[in-house]
Amino acid sequence: MDFLQAVFVTPFVEIWESPFFFIELVLVGLSTGVLYSLVALGFVLIFKASGMFNFAQGAMVLFAALTLVGLMEHGVPLWAALILSMAVMVVLAFVVERLMLRYLVNQEGLILFMATIGLNFILEGTGQLFWGSDVKRLEIGIPDKPFDLGPILLNTFDVTAAFIGAALVVSLAIFFQKTPMGRALRAVADDHQAALSVGIPLKTIWIAVWTIAGIVALVAGIVWGAKSGVQFSLSLIALKALPVLILGGFTSVPGAIVGGLIIGVGEKVAEGFWGPAFGGAIENWFAYMLALAFLVFRPQGLFGEKIIERV
Amino acid sequence: MPDGTQPPTGRVVGDVIMKVENVSLSFGGVRALDNVSFDVREHEILAIIGPNGAGKSSMLNCINGFYHPQEGAITYKGKRRDTAKTFEAAEEGIARTFQNIALFKGMSTLDNIMTGRGLKMKKNLLWQALYYGPALKEELEHRAKAEEVIDFLEIEAIRKTPVGRLPYGLQKRVELGRALAAEPDLLLLDEPMAGMNHEEKEDMVRYILDVNDEFGTTIVLIEHDMSVVMDISDRVVVLDYGKKLADGTPDEVKRNQDVIDAYLGVSHD
Repeated sequence: MDFLQAVFVTPFVEIWESPFFFIELVLVGLSTGVLYSLVALGFVLIFKASGMFNFAQGAMVLFAALTLVGLMEHGVPLWAALILSMAVMVVLAFVVERLMLRYLVNQEGLILFMATIGLNFILEGTGQLFWGSDVKRLEIGIPDKPFDLGPILLNTFDVTAAFIGAALVVSLAIFFQKTPMGRALRAVADDHQAALSVGIPLKTIWIAVWTIAGIVALVAGIVWGAKSGVQFSLSLIALKALPVLILGGFTSVPGAIVGGLIIGVGEKVAEGFWGPAFGGAIENWFAYMLALAFLVFRPQGLFGEKIIERV
Repeated sequence: MPDGTQPPTGRVVGDVIMKVENVSLSFGGVRALDNVSFDVREHEILAIIGPNGAGKSSMLNCINGFYHPQEGAITYKGKRRDTAKTFEAAEEGIARTFQNIALFKGMSTLDNIMTGRGLKMKKNLLWQALYYGPALKEELEHRAKAEEVIDFLEIEAIRKTPVGRLPYGLQKRVELGRALAAEPDLLLLDEPMAGMNHEEKEDMVRYILDVNDEFGTTIVLIEHDMSVVMDISDRVVVLDYGKKLADGTPDEVKRNQDVIDAYLGVSHD
């Protein structure tokens, strides 16, 4: 009875009594959520264009961040390191196409998935081989100071990160919906054969998609790395992207964005108000429970494409 | 629709644009195409007919680069085509539709047709990733072209509808539109009228004839409806079990004993 009350009554009373704390949690959640969205977007891009679940997305985040920090440690200024890291991600896309995708055209999803697990190990290994495995600080000049917005306490870093993420998300959305290349990417995602017949070269498209996913990984790596240091555990945020994908649907760009925001807000609010009922620390598993509920009741996710088929 | 067996007027059939010479294609032990040769001439409508499994679709797939025949040669505009890739076929002006519609189902009619314009875009891929300045200007020019195709096929009303939601007949029309948007020299149509009702068929026939007439597009089509085939084609190639049975005007083909046997069966007594 106490437990039921702690779950169903007390939190709502608390929200009613301290609305500003609630709003604060929502805002903090949104800023974390944007970052989850970023990582999830990397998955969605590749899944849409090649039907491949890219297990190496997390490793790409780590690899990109390690490259950037490594270059900066060697005295390369931030702007040059950024451009060089981007170039590295472009080269990576070419290499992945040349050495991996090219030989796996038309293979089963599971085989492609296994290949990305391999890629995952290679990236983690190479990254650490070149740049070492210590925790590195990434200083990109975003101030990390708390500030008050009326009665709400926020942090400049979180807000900046949220804006960077939002800007990237918006530009990706425009790219996908409005530009010829975005249209070609959507076409490839929809039907390989038909895409070939109108003259869309699959190879180029794959390189483009992996390049974009690489750059998204770089941005996610920079923001997360600046927040909590560049270290091996960075590749684990990919795990956080999984519930986001289940919520948003694997094929939906808006889904990845909204899914990330829901998970971000959900876990912060749950921790703040429902935490006491479970003895705290529910932030870590809340996302997975939510994903589980979605799998049971709405497996295609919030925005996943409902498969339209004539029978 | 033109009546009888007269080819539509106002059309001059030109030189040979594509040569198919001794093409053979096997899948394991199955010989899908066996030593098939024929010519396609500029501006003509060539029909490929034959019973199910005769190798008609395989033939189109060889022309368009989905399959590469093990033997023989396909020459298009003087260049060997039998080893070329599919997107290269598109670059050289070969567009096609599929037996089982292959549209981008999640995308709108307009977007589907715009994908057909992809190769006509002059700006390179980096520009194509932008929605700004010259890239935007070019996009709008191509959009105007796509609208012409939409007008031509009378599908204005479904411009923004995701094609997955359209009825079958309309999907076929959108697929034709996507092929036309590329302004092809050679249009391959794999059963453009399959599964259509009478009115839809008449519409489709009209579009095919108009395309051929107005744009001078060479058309190779596979079709099962014999009255349509005999009405609209200049020449007919008949395949059976991967072999070519006959090749000629509709009248010649109709009178060919091998063709009659293949379609009606021969008594084995």
